[in-house]
Amino acid sequence: MRITTTSVFVDDQQKALDFYTGTLGFQLASDFPAGEHRWITVVAPDAPDGTQLVLEPSDHPAVPPFKDALVADGIPFASFGVDDVNAEYERLRALGVTFVQEPVSSGPFTAAVLDDTCGNLIQIASMAS
Amino acid sequence: MTDLFKALADETRRVILDELAEHDPQTLFELCTRLIGKHGIQSSRQAVSQHLDVLEAAGLVRSERRGRYKFHHLDVTPLQQIARRWPPRDPAAPPKGDTP
Repeated sequence: MRITTTSVFVDDQQKALDFYTGTLGFQLASDFPAGEHRWITVVAPDAPDGTQLVLEPSDHPAVPPFKDALVADGIPFASFGVDDVNAEYERLRALGVTFVQEPVSSGPFTAAVLDDTCGNLIQIASMAS
Repeated sequence: MTDLFKALADETRRVILDELAEHDPQTLFELCTRLIGKHGIQSSRQAVSQHLDVLEAAGLVRSERRGRYKFHHLDVTPLQQIARRWPPRDPAAPPKGDTP
């Protein structure tokens, strides 16, 4: 068994695709119609065979209150690995991305938390080698 | 004033104040990250949230809703009550009631 996809619930699939590819830097892996929505996945450009992230619509009534409660307390829904959190923080901030947590280091672990503009907070994290 | 001393009488709550003094404001998640990562405090998120409620009741922490996020701020104003009640003495002056 392998983890081939994991998902985030996004308020607007097109807006999410723009943010996850255009701003965060993932690349489109699949995009086809699925009922009233689309099946959209993105993947890391330097690991195209890696786990794909599904940009899943948040239209189930249970989803918005769940997302709102997490966001209010600053809790990220997902965490992605980066080589250098501080560099990535500067790069994304220059692109206008909102951070609710600036990079915090504790031992070898550094993490920051950003707003994906589609109703989620996302953590970026690195372990010093 | 009872709330103030009760709020200060717990090591985890004092560390929360230390972390807010270092970086203000913070979300609940960031505070939990700092408590675990920097201090090895393994309190649950719910326990930290309850500590924040106690600190807020004592006026030492204010929470503010900014858009969709809730941030916690440090407010040291209540600590001035302590200095007013027991003001620092001039070390050069002889202690009161100690003269023969």
